[in-house]
Amino acid sequence: MNTIDKTTDEVLRLAAEHFKVRRDQLTPDDDFFKKLGINSLQALDLLTRIEQHFQIELPDYELQGVSDFRTLAQRIQSRL
Amino acid sequence: MLDLRQYNSLGEALRAALERWPDEICLIEADRDRENTRLTYRQFKEQALPLASALQNAGLKDGTRAAIIMTNQSKWLISAYAIFFCGGVLVPLDYKLSAAEQLQLLAHSHAEFLVIEYHLWRAVTQAEQFKNLTSRAVLVTEAPPNADLAGAHRWEDFRVAAEPTFIPRKRSDAACIVYSSGTGGRPKGCVLTHENYLEQCVALTSLYPFWPGVRYLSILPTNHAIDFMVGFIGPFTCGATVVHLRTLRPEFIREAFTKYKITYMALVPMVLKNLERGLRQRFADLPPGKRKLLNALIATNRALTRRRAHLKISRALLPQVHNAFGGELRALFVGGAFTEPETLQFFYDLGIPVGNGYGCTEAGTVITVNDLKPFRGDTVGKPLPGMEVKITNPGAEGIGEVAVRSRTLMSHYLDDPEMTAETIVDGWLLTGDLGRLDSSGHLQLFGRKKNMIVTEEGKNIYPEDVETYFAGLAVKEFCVFAANYLWPARTMVGEQLVLVLHPETGQEITKELAAEVAERNRRLLNYKRIGGYLAWDRDFPLTASLKIKRAELAEQIRQNRDRSAVVPL
Repeated sequence: MNTIDKTTDEVLRLAAEHFKVRRDQLTPDDDFFKKLGINSLQALDLLTRIEQHFQIELPDYELQGVSDFRTLAQRIQSRL
Repeated sequence: MLDLRQYNSLGEALRAALERWPDEICLIEADRDRENTRLTYRQFKEQALPLASALQNAGLKDGTRAAIIMTNQSKWLISAYAIFFCGGVLVPLDYKLSAAEQLQLLAHSHAEFLVIEYHLWRAVTQAEQFKNLTSRAVLVTEAPPNADLAGAHRWEDFRVAAEPTFIPRKRSDAACIVYSSGTGGRPKGCVLTHENYLEQCVALTSLYPFWPGVRYLSILPTNHAIDFMVGFIGPFTCGATVVHLRTLRPEFIREAFTKYKITYMALVPMVLKNLERGLRQRFADLPPGKRKLLNALIATNRALTRRRAHLKISRALLPQVHNAFGGELRALFVGGAFTEPETLQFFYDLGIPVGNGYGCTEAGTVITVNDLKPFRGDTVGKPLPGMEVKITNPGAEGIGEVAVRSRTLMSHYLDDPEMTAETIVDGWLLTGDLGRLDSSGHLQLFGRKKNMIVTEEGKNIYPEDVETYFAGLAVKEFCVFAANYLWPARTMVGEQLVLVLHPETGQEITKELAAEVAERNRRLLNYKRIGGYLAWDRDFPLTASLKIKRAELAEQIRQNRDRSAVVPL
């Protein structure tokens, strides 16, 4: 099973790939809306990519109030 | 459709619809690529009446207020019908509000019953204000087996087999209390009557009719005024089908179009722009030859539909585009916030008309909508039938505040006669929006007179509601404004909030203070965040009861600072 650090790292990698930015430009505490310049729909797109990678299902509401990669990774970790 | 003039209440009209089209499909609930629910009007009735019976046994009677806090799903509609059947007043609350905000509005509305999804209920029970919840009964949907429901009932089990008694209501009775703002300050609970909704439904369906076989794709939550009307009352009173999608993810929206052969869909500008972005990308990825051909076909379609939409021609010219939308799409509706004309034109040129509308909860949802005769991307359309629109105190260019008079106007703000009197003057609703009526009767919007912003997700954000989150900041005083209220701008897109900070004498806005502001801002939901802060060095003008005189302060700021003084966050 993944550790939270590994999960966070994988989330950052997936986000970098999905939004075509360099991995080393992203940190766990980044506000992804601001850092990536995306809206909530684009963030949901990333969630789909994350689901496929971790083979879990995250309802849309899991993203409610989440704006940084660390918290997102915690939500994922709780479902692994 | 039903002749709604014959009915006095939403409950009565919906009840007639369930009898009229028993074998038509009224409701499908899909989650991603799964279908959770498919109900005929008869089956919908069979689900709703035992619930109504149990609600009546628990004391829900005419005038009792019952709130619903749910995402976009079938149990919302079933619960709402059961409440209307019992003569109750529905309080639809936004599931995206925080639990504390939901509890605040539950208290303000005096809702005696609450229907809520399990994950939302868990958040509510963990909020500090939960101890103040006084609802008589709470029904929780989709709770896992053995879940601790903190005294609530399981929605799925809250059933009584006995036939409930239908409770008639008068047209002038309250149907819903809809909050248009006020979670942080003064709650604005719009009391909308059965007449408001029935009249609105007649007007809307006269322009965009529904009938059995029409499939409406619902992606907005039903607490959203647009979805309540065009994703519930409208289709149901016409025997049409509502397809609920429990996710907003673009790939499943695309799938739903083709899987369910969607006829209509309502969305907010953000979703429409997302669809546009996806299509533009797909067009850009075409080989040069195919792209050239596509552009030529789009130009041909534009020429042939200049005067009015021709669905058959557009579908024949651009079959791949239309097939990607299921092949039966007649129109998209967009509202809730301002949509850029270029986006509307993009879809129209593809043969997908977008009924661009404008409205507000206080006016009973929609005020104007594009009737497509011809299509105009540069306006928000003409007033709906039965809706009088005038421009008050117009300036030299004919721009002034938009005022509306209609049978769809709300009755009043709940428990706030003062605010009601400020908003509805001599029967005219003052919208706070600035507009102009052109020579063909179309309304064009130019900005706002009121201190608020609307996001592209269709969320109305009031500065007073956001201020709560900055309480206790180490400054002498602070205040939040809409930037376009401080510095009027002729635009309704890209709006943002500004935090005005007045430090103590000799105090500076240090890095630590700026970091504290940024941290608190970050804790806000992304669409509620302020765009920047502004340092101010004079005492705020206050009323005798020590409230900020916002208009006066705004004027002072306007005279002494410009937008460049805002420090972005």
